[in-house]
Amino acid sequence: MSERRASVPSGGDGVGPLIDAHAHFHHAKTGRADWADVNAARFRAGDRIGITYHVASILGTWGFSSPTYFPSPNDVTLGNDAMLELCAREPDRVRMFTTVNPNYTDHACAEIKRCTARGAIGIKLLASRRADDPLLDPIATLAAEHRLPVLHHIWQHRTREWPSQEISDGADLARLAERHPRASFILAHIGGGGDYAHTYAAVRDVPNIFPDLSGSGVDRGMLDAAVETLGAERLLWGSDLTMCTGLAKLRALDVLGLDKDAIEAIRWKNSVRIFRAGSFPRCERASPSARSAAIEEARA
Amino acid sequence: MIDVNTLIGPYPFRHVPHPDPDALVRVLDREKIDGAWVGHLPSAFYRDATPGNASLYAALRPFRDRLRPVPAIRPDWPDWTSALAAARESGAPAVRAYPPQWGLAPGGGAAASLCELAVAAGDAGLALVLTVRFEDLRQRHPMDAAGDLTAATVRALARAGDSVRLVVAAASRDMIEEVHWGLTPDEQRRVFWDISWIWGPPEDHLSKLFRTIGSKRFVFGSQWPLRLSQTPTANLDLLADDVAGEALADVRDICSAA
Repeated sequence: MSERRASVPSGGDGVGPLIDAHAHFHHAKTGRADWADVNAARFRAGDRIGITYHVASILGTWGFSSPTYFPSPNDVTLGNDAMLELCAREPDRVRMFTTVNPNYTDHACAEIKRCTARGAIGIKLLASRRADDPLLDPIATLAAEHRLPVLHHIWQHRTREWPSQEISDGADLARLAERHPRASFILAHIGGGGDYAHTYAAVRDVPNIFPDLSGSGVDRGMLDAAVETLGAERLLWGSDLTMCTGLAKLRALDVLGLDKDAIEAIRWKNSVRIFRAGSFPRCERASPSARSAAIEEARA
Repeated sequence: MIDVNTLIGPYPFRHVPHPDPDALVRVLDREKIDGAWVGHLPSAFYRDATPGNASLYAALRPFRDRLRPVPAIRPDWPDWTSALAAARESGAPAVRAYPPQWGLAPGGGAAASLCELAVAAGDAGLALVLTVRFEDLRQRHPMDAAGDLTAATVRALARAGDSVRLVVAAASRDMIEEVHWGLTPDEQRRVFWDISWIWGPPEDHLSKLFRTIGSKRFVFGSQWPLRLSQTPTANLDLLADDVAGEALADVRDICSAA
């Protein structure tokens, strides 16, 4: 194994915690011969960037034996099992979203309970059902009961149907979030395609929606508008499938004119606040006040 | 380091903050980039690029030590050879063309006039900068219907003559591989790729391309002001260990005017 390279400048104060609220891993049954290399590359880049925790999911078999965005129950379980194993192997740096397909309500709820009992801290919803569909209500109810933020795959401004997914946008997610005000919803990847400006307007007045900054999109103006419209306290840093753009966004946050508190909020404190207390002990040790805030918010 | 893929001027389909040359110079300073090749963004959407080129030359004149003009030339426009000569006289290292936006990629290929431009520019010591896309396909305005530059267009231009030198901006891994392995070794050496849209880890497309095609086929590009200027540097910083630190092509090796 090669010697670990030095970390790279990643914005902020350079030494504070950093939580990737939108990460993915692979496993042996996803049909990719290089699956382990991809996982290793995420850890390698995470070390370079200074990621403290990868909060991750596995989307079934990533299309190998059922579609990525419409995973079969068997594949959902397979992916979740692989994620549980990874968490057990990497307890200091990996946390888990339980992936579910809401078309199989009983299976979805059972998976959430099973994986949460083994340490999962959130729920991952793909594009198997539109976000405002009543089938998502039992899942959102469980999410609120167990304080499990729901990371929901989103297309920024859904103007048409797209193949291979039943896509939702910010307005769709807002309707679900308004029905479940005690649950927290992470709106996936403002840089993941579509018109983020539509999303900001759609979720501005829905305070339990927290957009993540991930995605390959790095439009100039995207971060500025997110902060201006929603405020730093609503945003979570994440990388999704492109950690290079994640690093670019971290560096861009430094030149937006944000103060230290705002940058820390986006980098990790917002995640500590919305997930259950105790989810990120290495971060909470770095800032006992963040842990207190999480506990206070849980009590509220 | 030179950023070969920058632009000034507004974009028709969304607001872009401060797309001005003085802002670009500040960004170059901040990112520790020596200089930039600069195009005029609205010219991609003009029928006649001539007024856009005049605006570009005028806007960059105060910054000539850092910013070099890359005017747009339509080879189906009368007297385009004069525009090419003017580019050479103005110190341009390259010229830009936008085949999808100008209807010069019939059937996904390359119009004969486009091949003539590529050869004429090459004969004059200038590179031809092509842009695969300005925005992600998933977010385009309904009126932005031109589509992406195709690999077939790039291959046709690379085969047009020995003097041709292409800088292809905003391509991703699939297109780069499709073009590269569809050319002879001599033709491959005529094509350079900017790294602005290539994925880094965990998929590691840039690292894989460095291993297979070689880092010397790639040049530094950001597509500022449309995209964050931090992106290409971040990508280089996250290269896999075995290719970390491999040098990109020196832009002076692209063509004599560079």
